[in-house]
Amino acid sequence: MLRDITLGQYYQTESVIHRLDPRVKLAGTVIYIISLFCFHHVWGYLCAALFLFAVVKLSKVPFKFMIKGMRSILFLLLITVVFNLFLTPGETVLTIWKLHITKEGIRIAVFMVIRLTMLIIGSSLMTLTTTPNNLTDGMEKAMRPLRLFHLPVHEIAMIMSIALRFIPILMEETDKIMKAQIARGADFESGNIFKKAKAMVPLLVPLFISAFRRANDLAMAMEARCYRGGEGRTKMKPLVYKKRDAAAYLLLFTFLAGSIVVDRIPNMIAKTPAEEQAVMTERVLTETCAESDDLHVEAQAIIYKIK
Amino acid sequence: MSIIKTDKLVFEYIRRDEDGNVEGITRAVDEVTLKIKQGDFIAILGHNGSGKSTLAKHMNAILCPTEGSIWVDGRDTREESEVWNIRQTAGMVFQNPDNQIIGQVVEEDVGFGPENMGVPTAEIWERVEESLKAVGMYKFRKYSPNKLSGGQKQRVSIAGVLAMHPKCIVLDEPTAMLDPNGRKEVIRAVRALNDVENVTVILITHYMEEIIHADKVFVMDKGRIAMQGTPREIFSKVEELKELRLDVPQVTLLAYELQKKGIALPDGILSIEELTDEIVKYSRKEGR
Repeated sequence: MLRDITLGQYYQTESVIHRLDPRVKLAGTVIYIISLFCFHHVWGYLCAALFLFAVVKLSKVPFKFMIKGMRSILFLLLITVVFNLFLTPGETVLTIWKLHITKEGIRIAVFMVIRLTMLIIGSSLMTLTTTPNNLTDGMEKAMRPLRLFHLPVHEIAMIMSIALRFIPILMEETDKIMKAQIARGADFESGNIFKKAKAMVPLLVPLFISAFRRANDLAMAMEARCYRGGEGRTKMKPLVYKKRDAAAYLLLFTFLAGSIVVDRIPNMIAKTPAEEQAVMTERVLTETCAESDDLHVEAQAIIYKIK
Repeated sequence: MSIIKTDKLVFEYIRRDEDGNVEGITRAVDEVTLKIKQGDFIAILGHNGSGKSTLAKHMNAILCPTEGSIWVDGRDTREESEVWNIRQTAGMVFQNPDNQIIGQVVEEDVGFGPENMGVPTAEIWERVEESLKAVGMYKFRKYSPNKLSGGQKQRVSIAGVLAMHPKCIVLDEPTAMLDPNGRKEVIRAVRALNDVENVTVILITHYMEEIIHADKVFVMDKGRIAMQGTPREIFSKVEELKELRLDVPQVTLLAYELQKKGIALPDGILSIEELTDEIVKYSRKEGR
Protein backbone atom coordinates (compact mmCIF):
# COMPACT_ATOMS: atom_id res chain seq x y z
CA MET A 1 0.00 0.00 0.00
CA LEU A 2 1.14 3.45 -0.85
CA ARG A 3 0.25 4.87 2.52
CA ASP A 4 2.57 2.47 4.27
CA ILE A 5 5.73 3.70 2.62
CA THR A 6 8.42 4.77 5.01
CA LEU A 7 9.97 8.13 4.37
CA GLY A 8 13.68 8.44 4.01
CA GLN A 9 14.81 5.06 5.15
CA TYR A 10 14.30 5.16 8.88
CA TYR A 11 14.81 1.80 10.54
CA GLN A 12 12.68 1.49 13.65
CA THR A 13 14.46 -0.08 16.61
CA GLU A 14 15.70 0.83 20.06
CA SER A 15 19.39 1.67 20.35
CA VAL A 16 21.78 4.19 21.82
CA ILE A 17 22.38 5.64 18.38
CA HIS A 18 18.65 6.09 17.78
CA ARG A 19 18.29 7.96 21.05
CA LEU A 20 21.16 10.36 20.41
CA ASP A 21 20.38 13.99 19.74
CA PRO A 22 20.07 14.56 15.98
CA ARG A 23 22.60 17.38 16.22
CA VAL A 24 25.20 14.94 17.47
CA LYS A 25 24.50 12.63 14.58
CA LEU A 26 24.65 15.46 12.08
CA ALA A 27 27.94 16.73 13.48
CA GLY A 28 29.25 13.18 13.64
CA THR A 29 28.44 12.50 10.02
CA VAL A 30 30.06 15.73 8.87
CA ILE A 31 33.21 15.10 10.92
CA TYR A 32 33.36 11.52 9.73
CA ILE A 33 33.04 12.53 6.07
CA ILE A 34 35.69 15.22 6.38
CA SER A 35 38.03 12.80 8.12
CA LEU A 36 37.65 10.35 5.22
CA PHE A 37 39.10 12.93 2.88
CA CYS A 38 41.98 13.81 5.21
CA PHE A 39 43.54 10.37 5.37
CA HIS A 40 46.55 9.50 3.23
CA HIS A 41 47.33 6.01 4.42
CA VAL A 42 45.59 2.74 4.99
CA TRP A 43 45.90 3.26 8.73
CA GLY A 44 43.49 6.16 8.83
CA TYR A 45 40.90 4.20 6.87
CA LEU A 46 41.36 1.20 9.09
CA CYS A 47 40.68 3.43 12.06
CA ALA A 48 37.57 4.91 10.44
CA ALA A 49 36.35 1.44 9.46
CA LEU A 50 36.70 0.25 13.04
CA PHE A 51 34.80 3.29 14.25
CA LEU A 52 32.07 2.75 11.66
CA PHE A 53 31.81 -0.91 12.53
CA ALA A 54 31.41 -0.09 16.21
CA VAL A 55 28.67 2.46 15.50
CA VAL A 56 26.83 0.09 13.15
CA LYS A 57 26.90 -2.62 15.82
CA LEU A 58 25.61 -0.15 18.42
CA SER A 59 22.79 1.01 16.15
CA LYS A 60 21.41 -2.54 15.82
CA VAL A 61 20.51 -1.80 12.19
CA PRO A 62 21.08 -4.90 10.05
CA PHE A 63 24.08 -4.45 7.79
CA LYS A 64 22.12 -5.27 4.64
CA PHE A 65 20.24 -1.99 4.98
CA MET A 66 23.50 -0.08 4.58
CA ILE A 67 24.42 -2.14 1.55
CA LYS A 68 21.07 -1.17 0.03
CA GLY A 69 22.26 2.42 -0.06
CA MET A 70 25.33 1.29 -1.96
CA ARG A 71 23.34 -0.01 -4.90
CA SER A 72 22.34 3.48 -5.94
CA ILE A 73 25.92 4.69 -6.24
CA LEU A 74 27.33 1.59 -7.88
CA PHE A 75 27.38 3.33 -11.25
CA LEU A 76 29.10 6.40 -9.85
CA LEU A 77 31.63 4.14 -8.20
CA LEU A 78 32.36 2.40 -11.48
CA ILE A 79 32.93 5.67 -13.33
CA THR A 80 35.23 6.93 -10.61
CA VAL A 81 37.29 3.77 -10.72
CA VAL A 82 37.59 3.72 -14.52
CA PHE A 83 38.59 7.36 -14.80
CA ASN A 84 41.10 7.22 -12.01
CA LEU A 85 42.55 3.97 -13.25
CA PHE A 86 43.24 5.12 -16.79
CA LEU A 87 43.73 8.84 -16.58
CA THR A 88 46.18 9.21 -13.71
CA PRO A 89 49.67 9.90 -15.06
CA GLY A 90 52.55 7.97 -13.59
CA GLU A 91 54.44 4.68 -13.79
CA THR A 92 52.70 2.39 -16.29
CA VAL A 93 51.89 -1.08 -15.10
CA LEU A 94 49.65 -2.37 -17.87
CA THR A 95 48.68 -1.07 -21.29
CA ILE A 96 45.40 -1.95 -22.95
CA TRP A 97 45.20 -0.59 -26.47
CA LYS A 98 45.95 3.14 -25.98
CA LEU A 99 45.12 3.28 -22.32
CA HIS A 100 47.66 2.96 -19.58
CA ILE A 101 46.99 1.70 -16.13
CA THR A 102 49.42 3.35 -13.76
CA LYS A 103 50.59 2.49 -10.32
CA GLU A 104 49.34 5.82 -9.01
CA GLY A 105 46.01 5.27 -10.76
CA ILE A 106 45.47 1.97 -9.01
CA ARG A 107 46.33 3.56 -5.70
CA ILE A 108 43.90 6.47 -6.18
CA ALA A 109 41.14 4.23 -7.51
CA VAL A 110 41.37 1.89 -4.54
CA PHE A 111 41.30 4.81 -2.11
CA MET A 112 38.36 6.36 -3.93
CA VAL A 113 36.34 3.15 -3.66
CA ILE A 114 37.10 2.85 0.02
CA ARG A 115 36.25 6.49 0.60
CA LEU A 116 32.93 6.44 -1.22
CA THR A 117 31.82 3.14 0.27
CA MET A 118 32.52 4.32 3.79
CA LEU A 119 30.93 7.68 3.07
CA ILE A 120 27.68 6.12 1.89
CA ILE A 121 27.51 3.65 4.73
CA GLY A 122 28.23 6.37 7.26
CA SER A 123 25.65 8.81 5.98
CA SER A 124 22.96 6.19 5.44
CA LEU A 125 23.54 5.16 9.03
CA MET A 126 22.45 8.64 10.04
CA THR A 127 19.21 8.53 8.03
CA LEU A 128 18.55 4.98 9.18
CA THR A 129 18.69 5.92 12.83
CA THR A 130 17.04 9.37 12.75
CA THR A 131 13.40 10.08 11.89
CA PRO A 132 12.99 12.76 9.19
CA ASN A 133 11.21 14.81 11.80
CA ASN A 134 14.08 14.68 14.20
CA LEU A 135 16.45 15.45 11.40
CA THR A 136 14.68 18.67 10.42
CA ASP A 137 14.48 19.65 14.09
CA GLY A 138 18.17 19.04 14.46
CA MET A 139 18.98 21.03 11.34
CA GLU A 140 16.82 23.91 12.50
CA LYS A 141 18.59 24.09 15.81
CA ALA A 142 22.06 23.50 14.40
CA MET A 143 21.65 26.17 11.72
CA ARG A 144 20.21 28.72 14.11
CA PRO A 145 23.34 30.92 14.04
CA LEU A 146 22.74 31.44 10.31
CA ARG A 147 19.76 33.61 11.20
CA LEU A 148 22.30 36.36 11.73
CA PHE A 149 22.73 36.36 7.96
CA HIS A 150 18.94 36.65 7.53
CA LEU A 151 18.58 33.05 6.48
CA PRO A 152 14.99 31.97 7.34
CA VAL A 153 16.09 28.86 9.21
CA HIS A 154 12.79 28.16 10.93
CA GLU A 155 10.84 28.56 7.71
CA ILE A 156 13.14 26.21 5.81
CA ALA A 157 12.73 23.56 8.50
CA MET A 158 8.96 24.05 8.46
CA ILE A 159 8.86 23.68 4.67
CA MET A 160 10.90 20.51 4.89
CA SER A 161 8.68 18.92 7.51
CA ILE A 162 5.48 19.88 5.67
CA ALA A 163 6.92 18.45 2.46
CA LEU A 164 7.66 15.22 4.27
CA ARG A 165 4.15 15.15 5.66
CA PHE A 166 2.59 15.60 2.22
CA ILE A 167 4.70 13.17 0.20
CA PRO A 168 2.51 10.14 1.00
CA ILE A 169 -0.67 12.16 0.47
CA LEU A 170 0.45 13.36 -2.93
CA MET A 171 1.61 9.87 -3.86
CA GLU A 172 -1.81 8.52 -3.09
CA GLU A 173 -3.34 11.32 -5.09
CA THR A 174 -1.07 10.58 -8.07
CA ASP A 175 -2.20 7.00 -7.91
CA LYS A 176 -5.83 8.07 -7.87
CA ILE A 177 -5.48 10.47 -10.80
CA MET A 178 -3.54 7.89 -12.75
CA LYS A 179 -6.29 5.32 -12.31
CA ALA A 180 -8.94 7.88 -13.22
CA GLN A 181 -7.09 8.78 -16.41
CA ILE A 182 -6.46 5.16 -17.31
CA ALA A 183 -10.17 4.52 -16.83
CA ARG A 184 -10.80 7.22 -19.39
CA GLY A 185 -8.40 5.69 -21.87
CA ALA A 186 -5.10 7.36 -21.07
CA ASP A 187 -2.03 5.30 -21.94
CA PHE A 188 0.98 5.71 -19.67
CA GLU A 189 2.84 2.60 -20.72
CA SER A 190 3.46 2.32 -24.45
CA GLY A 191 5.53 4.46 -26.77
CA ASN A 192 9.05 5.86 -26.58
CA ILE A 193 10.34 8.17 -23.93
CA PHE A 194 8.94 11.31 -25.56
CA LYS A 195 5.52 9.79 -25.94
CA LYS A 196 5.61 8.69 -22.32
CA ALA A 197 6.62 12.16 -21.20
CA LYS A 198 3.75 13.63 -23.16
CA ALA A 199 1.37 11.15 -21.57
CA MET A 200 2.35 12.52 -18.17
CA VAL A 201 0.72 15.89 -18.87
CA PRO A 202 -2.84 14.79 -18.02
CA LEU A 203 -1.39 13.38 -14.82
CA LEU A 204 0.69 16.35 -13.78
CA VAL A 205 -1.80 19.12 -14.44
CA PRO A 206 -4.48 17.87 -12.03
CA LEU A 207 -1.80 16.92 -9.53
CA PHE A 208 -0.36 20.42 -9.51
CA ILE A 209 -3.76 22.05 -9.25
CA SER A 210 -4.63 19.85 -6.32
CA ALA A 211 -1.26 20.49 -4.68
CA PHE A 212 -1.81 24.24 -4.88
CA ARG A 213 -5.29 23.89 -3.46
CA ARG A 214 -3.93 21.82 -0.62
CA ALA A 215 -1.22 24.38 0.04
CA ASN A 216 -3.84 27.10 0.19
CA ASP A 217 -5.99 25.12 2.61
CA LEU A 218 -3.05 24.23 4.77
CA ALA A 219 -1.88 27.83 4.97
CA MET A 220 -5.33 28.85 6.13
CA ALA A 221 -5.47 26.05 8.70
CA MET A 222 -2.05 27.05 10.00
CA GLU A 223 -3.07 30.68 10.34
CA ALA A 224 -6.27 29.68 12.07
CA ARG A 225 -4.09 27.93 14.61
CA CYS A 226 -2.11 31.09 15.30
CA TYR A 227 0.95 30.23 13.24
CA ARG A 228 3.02 33.34 12.67
CA GLY A 229 6.54 32.17 11.95
CA GLY A 230 9.25 31.14 14.36
CA GLU A 231 9.08 34.23 16.58
CA GLY A 232 7.75 33.58 20.07
CA ARG A 233 7.17 29.94 19.32
CA THR A 234 7.82 27.27 21.93
CA LYS A 235 8.59 23.65 21.22
CA MET A 236 6.67 20.61 22.28
CA LYS A 237 9.73 18.45 21.92
CA PRO A 238 12.69 20.77 22.41
CA LEU A 239 16.12 19.32 21.69
CA VAL A 240 18.06 19.13 24.91
CA TYR A 241 21.53 17.67 25.15
CA LYS A 242 21.78 14.78 27.58
CA LYS A 243 24.77 13.11 29.16
CA ARG A 244 24.99 10.50 26.41
CA ASP A 245 25.20 13.27 23.82
CA ALA A 246 28.17 14.81 25.61
CA ALA A 247 29.77 11.37 25.76
CA ALA A 248 29.12 10.91 22.05
CA TYR A 249 30.77 14.23 21.25
CA LEU A 250 33.76 13.24 23.35
CA LEU A 251 34.05 9.91 21.55
CA LEU A 252 33.67 11.63 18.22
CA PHE A 253 36.54 14.01 18.82
CA THR A 254 38.65 11.24 20.26
CA PHE A 255 38.06 9.33 17.05
CA LEU A 256 38.96 12.34 14.93
CA ALA A 257 42.18 13.10 16.81
CA GLY A 258 43.12 9.44 17.16
CA SER A 259 42.59 8.58 13.52
CA ILE A 260 44.57 11.58 12.31
CA VAL A 261 47.46 10.63 14.60
CA VAL A 262 47.31 6.99 13.49
CA ASP A 263 47.24 8.11 9.88
CA ARG A 264 50.45 10.09 10.42
CA ILE A 265 52.38 7.26 12.05
CA PRO A 266 53.93 5.96 8.80
CA ASN A 267 55.15 9.50 8.10
CA MET A 268 56.82 9.65 11.49
CA ILE A 269 58.55 6.33 11.04
CA ALA A 270 59.68 7.23 7.53
CA LYS A 271 62.86 9.26 7.16
CA THR A 272 62.70 12.95 6.39
CA PRO A 273 63.81 14.04 2.89
CA ALA A 274 67.13 15.33 4.28
CA GLU A 275 67.88 11.97 5.86
CA GLU A 276 67.00 10.14 2.66
CA GLN A 277 69.29 12.44 0.71
CA ALA A 278 72.13 11.65 3.08
CA VAL A 279 71.66 7.91 2.67
CA MET A 280 71.66 8.33 -1.10
CA THR A 281 74.87 10.37 -1.10
CA GLU A 282 76.55 7.84 1.10
CA ARG A 283 75.70 5.03 -1.24
CA VAL A 284 76.98 6.89 -4.30
CA LEU A 285 80.16 7.79 -2.49
CA THR A 286 80.76 4.23 -1.34
CA GLU A 287 80.23 2.94 -4.85
CA THR A 288 82.63 5.48 -6.29
CA CYS A 289 85.24 4.62 -3.67
CA ALA A 290 85.03 0.95 -4.40
CA GLU A 291 86.30 1.67 -7.91
CA SER A 292 89.55 3.25 -6.77
CA ASP A 293 91.44 2.78 -3.59
CA ASP A 294 92.94 6.26 -3.68
CA LEU A 295 89.73 8.03 -3.00
CA HIS A 296 88.74 5.65 -0.27
CA VAL A 297 90.18 7.57 2.62
CA GLU A 298 88.86 10.93 1.52
CA ALA A 299 85.41 9.48 0.84
CA GLN A 300 85.37 8.01 4.31
CA ALA A 301 86.18 11.44 5.67
CA ILE A 302 83.32 13.04 3.72
CA ILE A 303 80.85 10.42 4.85
CA TYR A 304 81.94 10.94 8.40
CA LYS A 305 81.43 14.69 7.99
CA ILE A 306 77.93 14.31 6.56
CA LYS A 307 76.90 12.17 9.45
CA MET B 1 -22.87 37.35 27.36
CA SER B 2 -22.69 36.62 23.68
CA ILE B 3 -19.47 35.06 22.45
CA ILE B 4 -20.08 36.05 18.84
CA LYS B 5 -22.09 39.01 17.72
CA THR B 6 -22.47 40.34 14.21
CA ASP B 7 -24.10 43.51 13.07
CA LYS B 8 -25.22 43.80 9.44
CA LEU B 9 -22.22 41.79 8.33
CA VAL B 10 -21.53 42.00 4.61
CA PHE B 11 -18.80 40.27 2.68
CA GLU B 12 -18.21 40.59 -1.03
CA TYR B 13 -15.93 38.48 -3.18
CA ILE B 14 -14.52 40.60 -5.94
CA ARG B 15 -13.63 38.75 -9.11
CA ARG B 16 -10.99 40.33 -11.25
CA ASP B 17 -9.84 39.62 -14.78
CA GLU B 18 -6.16 39.27 -15.74
CA ASP B 19 -5.54 43.02 -15.79
CA GLY B 20 -6.98 43.45 -12.32
CA ASN B 21 -10.20 45.12 -13.46
CA VAL B 22 -13.27 44.27 -11.44
CA GLU B 23 -15.29 41.73 -13.35
CA GLY B 24 -18.05 41.14 -10.93
CA ILE B 25 -18.95 41.25 -7.27
CA THR B 26 -20.52 38.37 -5.43
CA ARG B 27 -22.17 39.14 -2.15
CA ALA B 28 -21.46 36.00 -0.14
CA VAL B 29 -22.75 37.29 3.16
CA ASP B 30 -25.54 39.81 3.10
CA GLU B 31 -26.41 41.86 6.18
CA VAL B 32 -26.25 39.06 8.69
CA THR B 33 -27.05 40.03 12.24
CA LEU B 34 -26.85 37.34 14.86
CA LYS B 35 -25.88 36.70 18.46
CA ILE B 36 -24.42 33.48 19.80
CA LYS B 37 -24.52 32.76 23.50
CA GLN B 38 -21.54 31.32 25.37
CA GLY B 39 -21.90 27.56 25.85
CA ASP B 40 -24.48 27.01 23.13
CA PHE B 41 -24.47 24.39 20.41
CA ILE B 42 -25.26 26.30 17.26
CA ALA B 43 -25.82 24.83 13.83
CA ILE B 44 -25.64 26.82 10.64
CA LEU B 45 -27.38 25.15 7.73
CA GLY B 46 -27.41 25.94 4.07
CA HIS B 47 -26.80 24.35 0.72
CA ASN B 48 -23.69 25.02 -1.37
CA GLY B 49 -22.98 28.67 -1.99
CA SER B 50 -25.31 29.93 0.71
CA GLY B 51 -22.47 31.83 2.36
CA LYS B 52 -22.17 29.71 5.46
CA SER B 53 -18.44 28.99 5.07
CA THR B 54 -17.72 32.63 4.40
CA LEU B 55 -19.55 33.55 7.57
CA ALA B 56 -17.54 30.96 9.48
CA LYS B 57 -14.26 32.38 8.26
CA HIS B 58 -15.22 35.73 9.73
CA MET B 59 -15.49 34.17 13.16
CA ASN B 60 -11.81 33.30 13.06
CA ALA B 61 -10.66 36.60 11.54
CA ILE B 62 -9.49 34.81 8.40
CA LEU B 63 -11.77 37.11 6.46
CA CYS B 64 -12.58 40.69 7.34
CA PRO B 65 -16.06 42.11 6.76
CA THR B 66 -16.60 44.40 3.77
CA GLU B 67 -19.29 46.23 5.69
CA GLY B 68 -20.76 45.87 9.14
CA SER B 69 -18.89 44.33 12.05
CA ILE B 70 -18.32 41.15 13.95
CA TRP B 71 -17.20 40.85 17.55
CA VAL B 72 -15.68 37.67 18.92
CA ASP B 73 -15.72 37.67 22.71
CA GLY B 74 -16.10 41.43 22.57
CA ARG B 75 -13.16 41.96 20.20
CA ASP B 76 -13.62 43.57 16.82
CA THR B 77 -12.00 41.36 14.14
CA ARG B 78 -10.89 44.38 12.16
CA GLU B 79 -8.35 45.34 14.77
CA GLU B 80 -4.99 43.96 13.66
CA SER B 81 -3.65 43.68 17.19
CA GLU B 82 -6.52 41.44 18.26
CA VAL B 83 -6.26 38.90 15.43
CA TRP B 84 -4.20 36.36 17.38
CA ASN B 85 -6.37 36.64 20.47
CA ILE B 86 -9.45 36.08 18.34
CA ARG B 87 -7.96 33.02 16.68
CA GLN B 88 -7.17 31.67 20.10
CA THR B 89 -10.69 32.33 21.35
CA ALA B 90 -12.45 30.88 18.34
CA GLY B 91 -10.71 27.81 16.96
CA MET B 92 -11.56 26.51 13.55
CA VAL B 93 -11.83 23.02 12.05
CA PHE B 94 -11.98 22.75 8.27
CA GLN B 95 -13.53 20.37 5.83
CA ASN B 96 -10.62 18.39 4.45
CA PRO B 97 -8.90 16.43 7.22
CA ASP B 98 -5.72 15.94 5.19
CA ASN B 99 -5.17 19.60 4.52
CA GLN B 100 -5.18 20.79 8.09
CA ILE B 101 -2.92 18.32 9.83
CA ILE B 102 0.57 19.74 10.02
CA GLY B 103 2.42 17.31 12.26
CA GLN B 104 3.80 13.97 11.20
CA VAL B 105 2.72 12.36 14.44
CA VAL B 106 -0.71 12.83 16.00
CA GLU B 107 0.58 14.31 19.25
CA GLU B 108 2.85 16.76 17.43
CA ASP B 109 -0.04 18.02 15.39
CA VAL B 110 -2.14 18.63 18.48
CA GLY B 111 0.81 20.48 19.99
CA PHE B 112 1.13 22.79 16.99
CA GLY B 113 -1.38 25.38 18.19
CA PRO B 114 0.01 25.69 21.72
CA GLU B 115 3.54 25.86 20.25
CA ASN B 116 2.51 28.85 18.16
CA MET B 117 0.99 30.52 21.19
CA GLY B 118 4.25 30.20 23.10
CA VAL B 119 2.94 27.86 25.78
CA PRO B 120 5.76 26.38 27.92
CA THR B 121 6.81 22.83 26.96
CA ALA B 122 5.50 21.03 30.07
CA GLU B 123 2.09 22.64 29.68
CA ILE B 124 1.93 21.74 25.97
CA TRP B 125 2.21 18.07 26.94
CA GLU B 126 -0.58 18.43 29.49
CA ARG B 127 -2.82 20.16 26.99
CA VAL B 128 -2.11 17.59 24.27
CA GLU B 129 -2.94 14.75 26.61
CA GLU B 130 -6.20 16.23 27.84
CA SER B 131 -7.33 17.26 24.34
CA LEU B 132 -6.61 13.85 22.85
CA LYS B 133 -8.47 12.21 25.72
CA ALA B 134 -11.41 14.55 25.21
CA VAL B 135 -11.89 13.36 21.63
CA GLY B 136 -10.98 9.75 22.42
CA MET B 137 -7.80 9.67 20.35
CA TYR B 138 -5.25 9.32 23.15
CA LYS B 139 -4.22 5.80 22.25
CA PHE B 140 -3.36 6.95 18.72
CA ARG B 141 -1.01 9.70 19.90
CA LYS B 142 2.12 8.09 18.44
CA TYR B 143 0.50 7.26 15.07
CA SER B 144 1.18 8.92 11.78
CA PRO B 145 -1.90 10.87 10.63
CA ASN B 146 -1.69 9.04 7.30
CA LYS B 147 -2.66 5.81 9.00
CA LEU B 148 -5.88 7.13 10.52
CA SER B 149 -9.37 7.05 9.04
CA GLY B 150 -11.11 10.26 8.01
CA GLY B 151 -13.19 10.45 11.17
CA GLN B 152 -10.13 9.89 13.32
CA LYS B 153 -8.22 12.59 11.45
CA GLN B 154 -11.04 15.04 12.00
CA ARG B 155 -11.05 14.20 15.71
CA VAL B 156 -7.32 14.92 15.78
CA SER B 157 -8.02 18.28 14.14
CA ILE B 158 -10.61 19.01 16.81
CA ALA B 159 -8.11 18.06 19.51
CA GLY B 160 -5.60 20.39 17.86
CA VAL B 161 -8.01 23.27 18.24
CA LEU B 162 -9.02 22.19 21.73
CA ALA B 163 -5.41 22.28 22.90
CA MET B 164 -5.45 26.03 22.34
CA HIS B 165 -8.16 26.28 25.02
CA PRO B 166 -10.68 28.17 22.91
CA LYS B 167 -14.00 29.40 24.22
CA CYS B 168 -15.61 28.55 20.94
CA ILE B 169 -15.01 26.07 18.12
CA VAL B 170 -16.17 26.75 14.61
CA LEU B 171 -16.48 23.59 12.52
CA ASP B 172 -16.76 24.28 8.82
CA GLU B 173 -18.43 21.19 7.32
CA PRO B 174 -16.20 18.83 9.29
CA THR B 175 -18.09 15.76 8.11
CA ALA B 176 -18.51 16.56 4.42
CA MET B 177 -15.72 14.24 3.35
CA LEU B 178 -16.42 11.41 5.78
CA ASP B 179 -18.34 8.16 5.60
CA PRO B 180 -21.41 7.71 7.84
CA ASN B 181 -19.39 6.08 10.62
CA GLY B 182 -16.79 8.82 10.60
CA ARG B 183 -19.55 11.38 10.64
CA LYS B 184 -21.10 9.86 13.75
CA GLU B 185 -17.72 9.71 15.48
CA VAL B 186 -17.05 13.39 14.86
CA ILE B 187 -20.50 14.56 15.88
CA ARG B 188 -20.30 12.51 19.05
CA ALA B 189 -16.96 14.10 19.91
CA VAL B 190 -18.29 17.58 19.21
CA ARG B 191 -21.35 17.04 21.36
CA ALA B 192 -19.22 15.74 24.21
CA LEU B 193 -17.15 18.90 24.07
CA ASN B 194 -20.22 21.03 24.28
CA ASP B 195 -21.79 19.02 27.11
CA VAL B 196 -18.72 18.29 29.20
CA GLU B 197 -16.33 21.15 28.57
CA ASN B 198 -19.00 23.73 27.89
CA VAL B 199 -17.25 24.93 24.76
CA THR B 200 -19.45 26.94 22.42
CA VAL B 201 -19.81 24.93 19.22
CA ILE B 202 -20.73 26.41 15.88
CA LEU B 203 -21.33 23.56 13.47
CA ILE B 204 -21.66 24.38 9.82
CA THR B 205 -23.17 21.59 7.82
CA HIS B 206 -25.66 20.53 5.24
CA TYR B 207 -26.52 17.25 6.91
CA MET B 208 -29.82 17.57 8.68
CA GLU B 209 -29.22 14.67 11.06
CA GLU B 210 -26.35 16.56 12.62
CA ILE B 211 -28.34 19.51 13.81
CA ILE B 212 -31.07 17.79 15.81
CA HIS B 213 -29.08 18.21 19.03
CA ALA B 214 -28.35 21.89 18.50
CA ASP B 215 -29.65 24.54 20.83
CA LYS B 216 -30.30 26.89 17.97
CA VAL B 217 -30.23 26.58 14.19
CA PHE B 218 -29.63 29.26 11.60
CA VAL B 219 -30.57 28.46 8.02
CA MET B 220 -28.75 30.49 5.42
CA ASP B 221 -29.71 31.14 1.85
CA LYS B 222 -28.09 33.52 -0.64
CA GLY B 223 -25.98 35.06 2.10
CA ARG B 224 -28.92 35.90 4.33
CA ILE B 225 -30.33 34.20 7.37
CA ALA B 226 -33.51 32.66 6.06
CA MET B 227 -34.74 30.90 9.18
CA GLN B 228 -33.70 30.59 12.80
CA GLY B 229 -34.96 28.73 15.82
CA THR B 230 -34.71 25.42 17.63
CA PRO B 231 -34.35 22.27 15.49
CA ARG B 232 -37.98 21.41 16.24
CA GLU B 233 -39.18 24.76 15.04
CA ILE B 234 -37.09 24.53 11.91
CA PHE B 235 -38.14 21.01 11.05
CA SER B 236 -41.81 21.73 11.46
CA LYS B 237 -41.54 23.96 8.38
CA VAL B 238 -40.96 21.19 5.88
CA GLU B 239 -42.26 23.14 2.89
CA GLU B 240 -40.06 26.16 3.59
CA LEU B 241 -37.00 23.96 3.93
CA LYS B 242 -37.77 22.30 0.63
CA GLU B 243 -37.90 25.70 -1.00
CA LEU B 244 -34.40 26.36 0.35
CA ARG B 245 -33.29 23.10 -1.26
CA LEU B 246 -32.67 21.46 2.08
CA ASP B 247 -33.80 18.00 3.10
CA VAL B 248 -35.36 17.23 6.41
CA PRO B 249 -34.39 14.00 8.20
CA GLN B 250 -36.32 11.03 6.84
CA VAL B 251 -38.21 10.47 10.10
CA THR B 252 -39.43 14.06 10.07
CA LEU B 253 -40.42 13.71 6.44
CA LEU B 254 -42.32 10.51 7.18
CA ALA B 255 -44.16 12.17 10.07
CA TYR B 256 -44.94 15.10 7.81
CA GLU B 257 -46.37 12.86 5.08
CA LEU B 258 -48.44 10.95 7.68
CA GLN B 259 -49.75 14.26 8.96
CA LYS B 260 -50.80 15.20 5.45
CA LYS B 261 -52.67 11.91 5.18
CA GLY B 262 -54.69 12.92 8.21
CA ILE B 263 -52.87 11.25 11.09
CA ALA B 264 -52.66 13.76 13.93
CA LEU B 265 -49.00 13.93 14.92
CA PRO B 266 -47.15 16.85 16.51
CA ASP B 267 -44.88 19.01 14.31
CA GLY B 268 -41.13 18.60 14.01
CA ILE B 269 -40.53 15.00 15.04
CA LEU B 270 -36.80 14.39 15.17
CA SER B 271 -36.12 10.76 16.05
CA ILE B 272 -37.42 7.29 15.26
CA GLU B 273 -38.21 6.69 18.95
CA GLU B 274 -40.25 9.85 19.11
CA LEU B 275 -42.25 8.90 16.03
CA THR B 276 -42.87 5.38 17.33
CA ASP B 277 -44.13 6.76 20.64
CA GLU B 278 -46.38 9.24 18.93
CA ILE B 279 -47.82 6.64 16.57
CA VAL B 280 -48.45 4.26 19.47
CA LYS B 281 -50.16 7.09 21.36
CA TYR B 282 -52.21 7.97 18.28
CA SER B 283 -53.34 4.45 17.51
CA ARG B 284 -54.39 3.88 21.14
CA LYS B 285 -56.44 7.04 21.04
CA GLU B 286 -58.04 6.03 17.75
CA GLY B 287 -58.60 2.44 18.81
CA ARG B 288 -60.60 3.46 21.85
